[in-house]
Amino acid sequence: MLGPRSAVTRLRPVARVVVSVMPKPEILDPQGKAVLGALPRLGFTGATDVRQGKRFEIDFAGEVTDAVLAEVRQMAETILSNPVIENYAVSVEQ
Amino acid sequence: MKVGVVTFPGSLDDVDAQRAVRIGGNEAVALWHGDADLKGVDAVILPGGFSYGDYLRCGAISRFAPVMTEVIAKAQQGMPVLGICNGFQILCESHLLPGALIRNHHRKFVCRDQLLRIENNRTPWTSAYDQGQEIRIVLKNGEGGFVADAATLARIEGEGQVVARYLEMNPNGSLNDIAGLTNERGNVVGLMPHPEHAVEELTGSGLDGLGFFTSLVERSFA
Repeated sequence: MLGPRSAVTRLRPVARVVVSVMPKPEILDPQGKAVLGALPRLGFTGATDVRQGKRFEIDFAGEVTDAVLAEVRQMAETILSNPVIENYAVSVEQ
Repeated sequence: MKVGVVTFPGSLDDVDAQRAVRIGGNEAVALWHGDADLKGVDAVILPGGFSYGDYLRCGAISRFAPVMTEVIAKAQQGMPVLGICNGFQILCESHLLPGALIRNHHRKFVCRDQLLRIENNRTPWTSAYDQGQEIRIVLKNGEGGFVADAATLARIEGEGQVVARYLEMNPNGSLNDIAGLTNERGNVVGLMPHPEHAVEELTGSGLDGLGFFTSLVERSFA
């Protein structure tokens, strides 16, 4: 049996936009280096580099329109990333 | 002069900074992050600490606090602003200063009495020092590595915007041993070490930090 929450979800589908933020290639990533250093100790010997970033999942009621995507890009540039040291990518999750 | 010290949620050194302002001969005015009101101050200090728990990036959320709208507007008009440690991070996030501060290259929190050289004594915060003067004040940070792209770094060096440089050792991986920086106009200064902890003989490493708080007086009487 569906609860009230599911009923709401069915009536107003939630769209998810994902923003991935990564340190720029030329910026040192001490956290990624720490992970890379841990891998061989655990028997994972194939990795040559690890970079650590952030993933933001942003939900919207209704469809992801161009206006929504434009707003997300603005969020990414304003606060989610620091353009001095980071790049970002926006994608829509189906 | 009236010097405002902003308290953000998670600020640690706001009271020490207020005290240093008074010892330096100025009037300290407490400012609140949530009030877009500078209470008529002549200068502002953004203190050290972990504002908003360093969530997202150090200083990234504080930069949008209501008080910062006023600080940024006044800074652009020439008001003296000093950001210490977390305050330096907030100034970089606000783009009032170039570059950014990232996690220390050795990944550990560092706390030590650090030797610095004053590289620029023409700012309102450093005029009490001699050009090239060496001072020792405490450094305590986890994310104090200064980075900027090559073109920005060349510009900073070329324009004499480096205010202080680490001597003896580089404690956090900062490019060109940069410990402190000013903007093109010279009114905004960011500094990773803590001069407010070196203003009395009783505590800290000595009195070498006092100049950051007496410079304003010397300037107003000059």
